[in-house]
Amino acid sequence: MSGTAKTLFDKIWDHHLISQREGYPDVLYIDRHFIHEVTSPQAFDGLRKRGIPVARPKQTIATADHNVPTKNQHLPIVEELSRLQVETLQKNCTEFGLDLYGLGHEKQGIVHVIGPELGISLPGMTMVCGDSHTSTHGALGAIAFGIGTSEVEQVLATQSLLGIRPKTMKIEINGTLGKGVLSKDIILYIISKISTSGATGYFVEYAGSAIRALSMEARMTICNMSIEMGARGGLIAPDQTTFDYIEGREFAPKGEAWEASLAWWKTLPTDEQAIYDKTYTYDAADIEPMITYGTNPGMGIGIQEAIPKANNGEAAELEKALQYMGLEAQQSLLGKKIDYVFIGSCTNSRIEDLRLVADFVKGKKKAEGINVWIVPGSQKVEQQAKQEGLDKIFTAAGFDLRQAGCSACLAMNEDKVPAGKYCVSTSNRNFEGRQGPGSRTFLASPLTAAVAAITGEITDVRTYLS
Amino acid sequence: MKFTSLQSTCVPLPMENVDTDQIIPARYLKATTREGFGENLFRDWRYDAQGQAIPDFVLNNPIYPGQILVAGKNFGCGSSREHAAWALVDYGFRVVISSFFADIFQNNALNNKLLPIKVSDDFLAALFSKIEQNPQVILSVDLPTQQLKVEESELSTSFEINPYKKDCLLNGYNDMDYLLSQKEQTILFEKNKEYSF
Repeated sequence: MSGTAKTLFDKIWDHHLISQREGYPDVLYIDRHFIHEVTSPQAFDGLRKRGIPVARPKQTIATADHNVPTKNQHLPIVEELSRLQVETLQKNCTEFGLDLYGLGHEKQGIVHVIGPELGISLPGMTMVCGDSHTSTHGALGAIAFGIGTSEVEQVLATQSLLGIRPKTMKIEINGTLGKGVLSKDIILYIISKISTSGATGYFVEYAGSAIRALSMEARMTICNMSIEMGARGGLIAPDQTTFDYIEGREFAPKGEAWEASLAWWKTLPTDEQAIYDKTYTYDAADIEPMITYGTNPGMGIGIQEAIPKANNGEAAELEKALQYMGLEAQQSLLGKKIDYVFIGSCTNSRIEDLRLVADFVKGKKKAEGINVWIVPGSQKVEQQAKQEGLDKIFTAAGFDLRQAGCSACLAMNEDKVPAGKYCVSTSNRNFEGRQGPGSRTFLASPLTAAVAAITGEITDVRTYLS
Repeated sequence: MKFTSLQSTCVPLPMENVDTDQIIPARYLKATTREGFGENLFRDWRYDAQGQAIPDFVLNNPIYPGQILVAGKNFGCGSSREHAAWALVDYGFRVVISSFFADIFQNNALNNKLLPIKVSDDFLAALFSKIEQNPQVILSVDLPTQQLKVEESELSTSFEINPYKKDCLLNGYNDMDYLLSQKEQTILFEKNKEYSF
């Protein structure tokens, strides 16, 4: 292959090949492995059964996020099974010699927030975690993807994985985003065009001037939701924005190692003549603030649009989704009363998200009867928000600023939206029951969530922006 | 555990984009072992809020026993939770047929010797219609020849599977054994890799 033009994805993949054999999947080296309390206990049991240690303990980082309460984290976890799971992670990390940023630790947080935040996730790396939103780390210019628990066990035991090389897809967004349109709207727009399975079998590279113009955190929001169109992962070529973000972070390379890394990272972007298996191109100016109406992330519309009529093949699915949501085809969502607002999750819980929300709600109050939860992605995000005084703005608005965790994105802890209630959520999935049994989710950007919190209904944020 | 062939009736689930949150909702992921997830397989479609069986749901219909689940396209999308594969296996399924599988689910299924078989949209539609006409219809799955056949009918098809994965299923090998056999190559890779972190 040497001498031929390569994509960013193929360069990183090829750099991590341990061995290749005809008819077999490739053996890939894994640079960093993140684990959490929900998808790891059975993997450690597997190691114990085989009597083998963790191969490279320094390359696995553990945190507790999925199942933790977001209030009173200094107290013992009330829910027994959740407590057992978090304690099991602690025991396993001690037994196998792994670093744990557990509950109460200053570095604790959602696994996909803390990796980049601490400078653990770097360009050119292969990174995996027993969580499908591992694709988030791809924003730094890395191959990052979710794995099952059997694979978690394999990475613990061998620091490697088997993989069949996926096809490559380029999604290019050119031009300038309109007022009130965020990176969350870009990715919801793409998924609404490509569908929830349109990128299955592919790894996606996001490119184009609109992507280049995004901050690092905004890029993470896009890569995060790659899995929602079926892609195993998504990535963005590292550039000055990437390097500026990483430099000086706790675990980032320093001194000579930084210079050497930088030189290598600059060789990674896709070669000019490289060919992707599939390419889509969109114009940023066509993207409105987005909102979903159904029960998968592909069921999204521009906020001024109406819910589509059933089209071929999807009629039964759409009908089932709308029945679950209590909505009708051809209905506009503008003015729809809501009950909850959730601002958080590995998609939109970073400091920039909280700043955007605070900036918008400053001096305003939430609508009566609405519950607004702001759940920071990490302890560091929470501390930063407090240092900047964002907590006071949220409190004055009647919002509930909670502690770091996955929270109402998947409602494994007590942060659940009750049956039949509507929630505008900055998270990544609107599946049936995702935010609690019977809950009804509208996925949207932090700004669209913030305006809904103030008006108590689905609102076009642009009407509130000067 | 191995997989060679299977003859069974089918359980039809003609829905598209069945996500892993439906297969096993997040609130049932709190166990620290692999066993017992079958009890909550399709929990919120199978039982109402009071825990009563919902008679319309296919798993509650006694005319559809069987070890083969036949589902609409893009089965297993969403979360990477292997608990979805564990729940299907624990319930008693050994094969899932669909016209399209989500990538992570497919890996998880194979790692648990649950065979995901991808068929054409046309074959899937024909199979659903056969099951509707006769819920007792027997489907034969033969892994060595990669053939699917509806017994006492003309309906059959071949299916694809990665040759390595096929070998694993037929012989009871798993990926861990293969990766552990690569230890020397891994150490060599670490010595020679081109980046320093």
